[in-house]
Amino acid sequence: MGINFRKETFRDDFTFRNSPEQVKRFPFPYHEDAYMYSVNIEPHVAGPKNSVFEHLIDVDEHYVSEMQDRAMVLAEDPLRCQSLPHMTLAGWDLLELLMTEMAKGYPEHFTLTQDGDRWRWINRPLGIDDTFTFGDVSTLPYGPMEYITRQSQGDFAILDQRDGNLWMDAGMITTQADWSLDFDIGMNFFEWHAPVPLAHEMGVFTRALKFLTNIQQGQPARRLNWTMTINPRLDTSPENFHKWGSDRLSVTAENVGQKVHLRVELQTFFRLPRSNALVFPIRCYLLKMDELVSVAKWGRRFHRVLRDLPDELAEYKGLTRYRQTVVEWLSKYDDGAPTSPGFGPE
Amino acid sequence: MSAGTNKINVTVTEVVAVNELVKRFHFERTDGGNLPTFSGGAHVVIEMRDNGTTRLNPYSLMSSPLNTRDYTISVRRDDVGRGGSLFMHNRVKRGMEMVISYPVNLFSLDLRAKKHLMIAGGIGITPFLAQTAQLASTGGNFELHYTCRSEALGSYSEVLRERYGNRVSLYLDERNERIPLERLLATQPLGTHIYVCGPAGMIKWVRDTAATHGWPDDSVHYEHFAAPQPGTPFDVKLAVSGLEIRVGEQQSLLEAIEAAGVDPPYLCRGGVCGQCETNVISYDGTFKHNDHWLSDEEHCSGKKIMPCVSRFEGRSLVLER
Repeated sequence: MGINFRKETFRDDFTFRNSPEQVKRFPFPYHEDAYMYSVNIEPHVAGPKNSVFEHLIDVDEHYVSEMQDRAMVLAEDPLRCQSLPHMTLAGWDLLELLMTEMAKGYPEHFTLTQDGDRWRWINRPLGIDDTFTFGDVSTLPYGPMEYITRQSQGDFAILDQRDGNLWMDAGMITTQADWSLDFDIGMNFFEWHAPVPLAHEMGVFTRALKFLTNIQQGQPARRLNWTMTINPRLDTSPENFHKWGSDRLSVTAENVGQKVHLRVELQTFFRLPRSNALVFPIRCYLLKMDELVSVAKWGRRFHRVLRDLPDELAEYKGLTRYRQTVVEWLSKYDDGAPTSPGFGPE
Repeated sequence: MSAGTNKINVTVTEVVAVNELVKRFHFERTDGGNLPTFSGGAHVVIEMRDNGTTRLNPYSLMSSPLNTRDYTISVRRDDVGRGGSLFMHNRVKRGMEMVISYPVNLFSLDLRAKKHLMIAGGIGITPFLAQTAQLASTGGNFELHYTCRSEALGSYSEVLRERYGNRVSLYLDERNERIPLERLLATQPLGTHIYVCGPAGMIKWVRDTAATHGWPDDSVHYEHFAAPQPGTPFDVKLAVSGLEIRVGEQQSLLEAIEAAGVDPPYLCRGGVCGQCETNVISYDGTFKHNDHWLSDEEHCSGKKIMPCVSRFEGRSLVLER
């Protein structure tokens, strides 16, 4: 038996929700009752069963619907997917990584057969069965990066490594927390992080870059990042700000539970073998406030985190408009009891 | 947050004497199957168990990245070095099982380049064997200028000429031939990148000449592995682990730390990658910095040391390890 893929939407009528099993595997990002930046990077090794870390590339019940949403975004705005000319080799590296890991982790849904350069890829949930020549762009309907990332949950930034820096030279970005590939393409690590408050002064980016440029083949790393989203919308891009920006004014004490979402990004980092580039999959998980407070510890903790968050961070993450309403709603679920350290339930 | 190092068990499948100074070693996975894919310019770290001493030396992969059935490296014998190359030459035989690291690339091609101008000196030819194979497979534009002492010591010059014809130029000291660097640099098309691997003096010559001719820094790439130099023994206190160790004459500080059972992260073991950077807590004496990682300012500050290649002379040294 495989995954029971949900039919749902991330726009218009917003039918997205998580099954109870999916709530349990949500990557809750706070290990204590407060949040501040840290270079919270750890080795990306396969983790416990029924967690999002079970496989190096996670596929879940939202897979098919997320891929349909991506196709709609790309149809409206092809510039969400870009690859500078020198990044094609890295695209093949990424195709190999994703096909290999998905076929290994979910053999009932994906099959990869390799006969030298002749590869056959079967993707049952999306009804794809393609045979192509690895390395020959003319044998695929899209470039290698676009082909495989139309079939993989999460955004993908491919970073070229040169001159001791990382360069945003390719990517598929349709489920982003308000940043634009079309704006950032060609920028280096410090340039695309320039808008982040406080962290530069703390030396976070210098240390993070040093770590990332030394990531080795076979030893991926990961970290969690978070923000909040009103309505379960994947495409909160600057390009479409006019469609979602005003949602932030629609939060009331009555609709917090269904409308307000904690948005967690599982960011992973893999060295790509042929191109020596780094791929940065950014996987987005959404959790409704009603779903969040179904775990008592999460309800208590998130209340305290959001209440005590420094104003600069709340502003940068775009929470200012509705933060107070959500904090008041969450306070009903915080009895003041102490919480245990770590991510797990009490 | 250590990047650590992944290890692979391999078997030596062939040892070939290339000439009187250089031997080539072929490795395959001991458990069969393919080795990890790599990119031209990558190196592996070879573990050598030498009578109780563990040596970990980096060598460039010279085999084609398109064929990962085996990895090959070439080792130049250094009779006055610390013994790693002598171990490889005298002790490593066909059939022997060894441990190597995953490939790491600190000298990768800039794939934006319209043309790749490669300059090799002596055994510095090895990363270019892999890079030219990678480029040739995709119709890449490159030119290789290779200088060595004599025809007899020009490792792989014939095979390179056979593969790439007049894209390869050979210059022999014994014939007083010299790379016409100024003319080369003055006649390249826009978008050319330079790659240089060879003795320290040669790297400096190419970098300085390129700078004088107005080449941007980020178009000049070099592989600058400093092998750790032997030196006077010295004592070190490791504050975090509470150990006192002695660094032997033929040992690097990193090797002495590892021999004491402490495992700092490392990648290149040649003073370029920055992984093993270590904070100095206190010292009374003089640092012998040999790395290319720390800035001049950091070298003078007395606050940091790269234990893979740098040493110390004086009364006391306390490190945060």
